[in-house]
Amino acid sequence: MNLIAQIEAEQIASLGKKIPDFKAGDTVRVGYKVTEGTRTRVQNYEGVCISRKNGSGIAGSFTVRKISFGEGVERVFPLYSTNIDSIEVVRRGRVRRAKLYYLRARRGKSARIAEDTNYKPGNAGA
Amino acid sequence: MRSGILAKKVGMTRLFLEDGRQVPVTVLQLDNLQVVAQRTKEKDGYTAVQLGAGSPKIKRVSKAMRGHFAAASVEPKRKLAEFRVTEDNLIDVGAELSAEHFLAGQKVDVSGTSIGKGFAGVMKRHNFGGLRASHGVSISHRSHGSTGQCQDPGKVFKGKKMAGHMGAARITTQNLEVVRTDADRGLIMVKGAVPGSKGGWVTVKDAVKKKLPDGVPFPAALKSAAAAAHVAEAVDAPEGGAEE
Repeated sequence: MNLIAQIEAEQIASLGKKIPDFKAGDTVRVGYKVTEGTRTRVQNYEGVCISRKNGSGIAGSFTVRKISFGEGVERVFPLYSTNIDSIEVVRRGRVRRAKLYYLRARRGKSARIAEDTNYKPGNAGA
Repeated sequence: MRSGILAKKVGMTRLFLEDGRQVPVTVLQLDNLQVVAQRTKEKDGYTAVQLGAGSPKIKRVSKAMRGHFAAASVEPKRKLAEFRVTEDNLIDVGAELSAEHFLAGQKVDVSGTSIGKGFAGVMKRHNFGGLRASHGVSISHRSHGSTGQCQDPGKVFKGKKMAGHMGAARITTQNLEVVRTDADRGLIMVKGAVPGSKGGWVTVKDAVKKKLPDGVPFPAALKSAAAAAHVAEAVDAPEGGAEE
């Protein structure tokens, strides 16, 4: 293992985060820490994960899209951000793409994702 | 003015801090960094220390350089660099430097040889805008425009930015913040990018445009000093341990 990989592995271990197994198409709920003045609280952001980028290492990130008041909103979260309190998988989706950017052009019925009812963990990279 | 250090660029990564910030860092490694020679006022007319780093194959070290290292009785080094210091900051020959030479939060200047780009056009080399994509422009979309005036002055002024060789030059990036140091593995993590490719050699000095913070070690952070402190701690420790 080279030095950079070693440093990254150490940092992942020291952050002590448990990242659930999820992929694009899954609906996730992200607890994000918000600081208002001196007080911090956890804000939930729930939507469809439309992409996972840069693997599951320290540089990894994922994009969550949701429709908020009729307007599409996308947020990109670093996987190991210390601002993320929790990541929770709400629903497993069955998709045939790694990046679901086609959802941006769709509204309503056509933007739905079928649920993966017999999901087997470990068969997808997470 | 104290000595800088000679380090190897390992690569870049990111650090997630407790307050939610993420910091892009370049990891620099001190590889058997030792003082190889001193330059003194009497002998050379100026004062400096020559540092050496890395461990080459012995057969690749020339006979002349072997003699130079033997005179200092240090292991042969891959790379040498000289740092101007004031007379009171001279370091003994053979002393090993540690990564604690710099403090976290301190600003440093990092110099290295940038990645060579070969013969580059003006758009890449000088951020020119190029020519239009249409409206009669033919073949020369990435060219520069005019290079000057007319019969008067009748020449292209010196220093005119044109296409040419880019990169592979000595570049200094100023005021980079030291985020973390790791003395055990000899690592210095500096915020942001550093000139050169992975595996390249860079010199790290105290920032010339920022005030030196309190508590930086003078003349340098030495491994022998750290070891002595460790031994002193070990001597004190049994009493401390008994009390607990």
